[in-house]
Amino acid sequence: METLLQVNHLTKVFSLGSIFSRVRIRAVDNVSFYVKPAEIFALAGESGCGKTTTARMILGFEEPTSGAIVHRGGQGGESENKKVWFTEGVQAIFQDPFGTFNPLRIVDRYFFETIGNFGLAANGKEAVKLIEEKLNAVGLSYDEFSGKYPSEFSGGQLQRISIARALLTDPTLLIADEPVSMVDASLRMSIVNLFKKLKEESGLSVLYITHDLATAYYVSDRIAIMFRGNIVEMGPVERVLMDPQHPYTRLLRESIPEADPKKRWGSRITLSDTEHEEYLRAGCKFAGRCSDATEMCKTESPQDVYFDDVLVKCHQCHL
Amino acid sequence: MNETVLRTEGLKAFYVLDVFGTQKVVKAVNEVNIEIRENEVYGIAGESGCGKTTLLKALVAAIEPPLRLIGGKVYYCGYGKEIDVSSLSAEEKRRLRWEYISYVPQGSMSVLNPVMKVKETYRDFIESHVSGKTREEAYEIAGRQIVELGLPRKILDTYPHQLSGGMRQRVTIALAALLRPRIIVCDEPTTALDVVVQRGVVQMLRDVQKYLENTIVLVTHDMGVQANIADRVGIMYAGKMVEEATTERIFGRPLHPYTQYLINSLPRFGDKTTRESVPGSPPSLIDLPSGCPFHPRCPYVLDICTKQMPGFVRLEPNHRVACWLVGEG
Repeated sequence: METLLQVNHLTKVFSLGSIFSRVRIRAVDNVSFYVKPAEIFALAGESGCGKTTTARMILGFEEPTSGAIVHRGGQGGESENKKVWFTEGVQAIFQDPFGTFNPLRIVDRYFFETIGNFGLAANGKEAVKLIEEKLNAVGLSYDEFSGKYPSEFSGGQLQRISIARALLTDPTLLIADEPVSMVDASLRMSIVNLFKKLKEESGLSVLYITHDLATAYYVSDRIAIMFRGNIVEMGPVERVLMDPQHPYTRLLRESIPEADPKKRWGSRITLSDTEHEEYLRAGCKFAGRCSDATEMCKTESPQDVYFDDVLVKCHQCHL
Repeated sequence: MNETVLRTEGLKAFYVLDVFGTQKVVKAVNEVNIEIRENEVYGIAGESGCGKTTLLKALVAAIEPPLRLIGGKVYYCGYGKEIDVSSLSAEEKRRLRWEYISYVPQGSMSVLNPVMKVKETYRDFIESHVSGKTREEAYEIAGRQIVELGLPRKILDTYPHQLSGGMRQRVTIALAALLRPRIIVCDEPTTALDVVVQRGVVQMLRDVQKYLENTIVLVTHDMGVQANIADRVGIMYAGKMVEEATTERIFGRPLHPYTQYLINSLPRFGDKTTRESVPGSPPSLIDLPSGCPFHPRCPYVLDICTKQMPGFVRLEPNHRVACWLVGEG
């Protein structure tokens, strides 16, 4: 099987506290997944589940404690500089579009800088043509864009500009860390639709990191649900979200408020102890909140089990 | 129909800014008429910058410069009479707050004093509104209320930073409910919370409302949350109320094109068909388009839309909409 990005047994341990009372938290714990070409892969979970840490490790901002990230089979290509070769193929967009750009610089500068860094155009004319082409791909025009400061755009426009900038190098994979959480509800779908369009028209893959399962369902092909550093369920989005196996996925799925007054929440829930305690829990990290938890769940960490193409990490699902 | 507890009449609240000698007027709340009834959850929805928070500030009479009340009235209809809020003195307003109407502002982290334990914040609230309570009595009241609302009693002895975001938000809601007010006004209580925690907060809001049998005014842009808790929903756009109906009707039969976009753009499980978001960008409140403020983004725009703001058309006692497409005829 051809994969674009392969993540193998990725682990990141953070140490908290002083040397006397050191607590080691496994923020990302033995996580493996892959992204295929022309596929939108969603990594979903609540805050503090390790999804952003995973993205940061893939992008090289954070050194993994152990594990490997293999991009395009690991061949370095003809480029001598591995980092340049990698960033040419993998580009990122971030959560806060207002934080992405320096408020005192016009946005054009970022585009020309990227073109300069990668040597994408021979002269200024070509550069403008390239920028125009990428802006059109995200539904903006060069005239309404050039010479403006970030404060002159709305959040949705800025997020589209940062996508256009990421597209300059013709990447094969876009890592999008919560790209819509800061964008207004009414403009959210325009960003998500853009990912769909880019995937269909130019075969771009997207690693879509989000806490919003509804848009993840809408846009992605496969999904992985993370909980306290582990992937607890992974598979095609139709199967994982429409027929969830892991109790945590079920809880998440039920907790999404549906825009239908007839489908109000009936049952009651209990909220977690602190995050901290759950990270340090031996055995299944969800055992403290799970209604089906047995003694085994509290002591032994569950194995990954495959049901056809769905991976589930739960003791109860073995039976 | 239940009695009205809060009513506004042509409410206009603008931010008047002085930028290098020229005056800029931000029309954040423009001619808003609402009636909020007893024992209901009234939801206010709309995109960011449409004036939701400013409307709430006007409702709780917390208008401070640069925000100014330009016109219109806010009436509290309690204690058997109608009170015009703007005629009250500061002391009278202070008395009404927390006993008649209480406010849960956005961002629970900045609401609680970071250098005070939660129980001290409670004591502060109790002492400023109920006279003649000793320190121990105040702690006792706080403890009883916290347990009644299903929160662990130990949180009284913690500092705000030790609590999770969801717990902090629930503490601020508990504080707002402390003096059994007739109205609790909540500004984006579930924003920036995780889905499971969000559900916990909504669950608590419902509990509080059931227990006090009062009114909750809930501002949130999340239509899913509105569908889950609100009895009636008002949709705001560019400082104006554009549609108002019961939750069933807003979600089942939205009439204003903006409401239709808001609801139809929501992704739903089990349905992967393409969803369109509202075209264009929200207008600037400094420089509003003429006529109906939605007309530059509206796909069904008529000639009259660019010239004149439509008035409300009442289709049913509980459903009114401001749009030229929904004519009397």
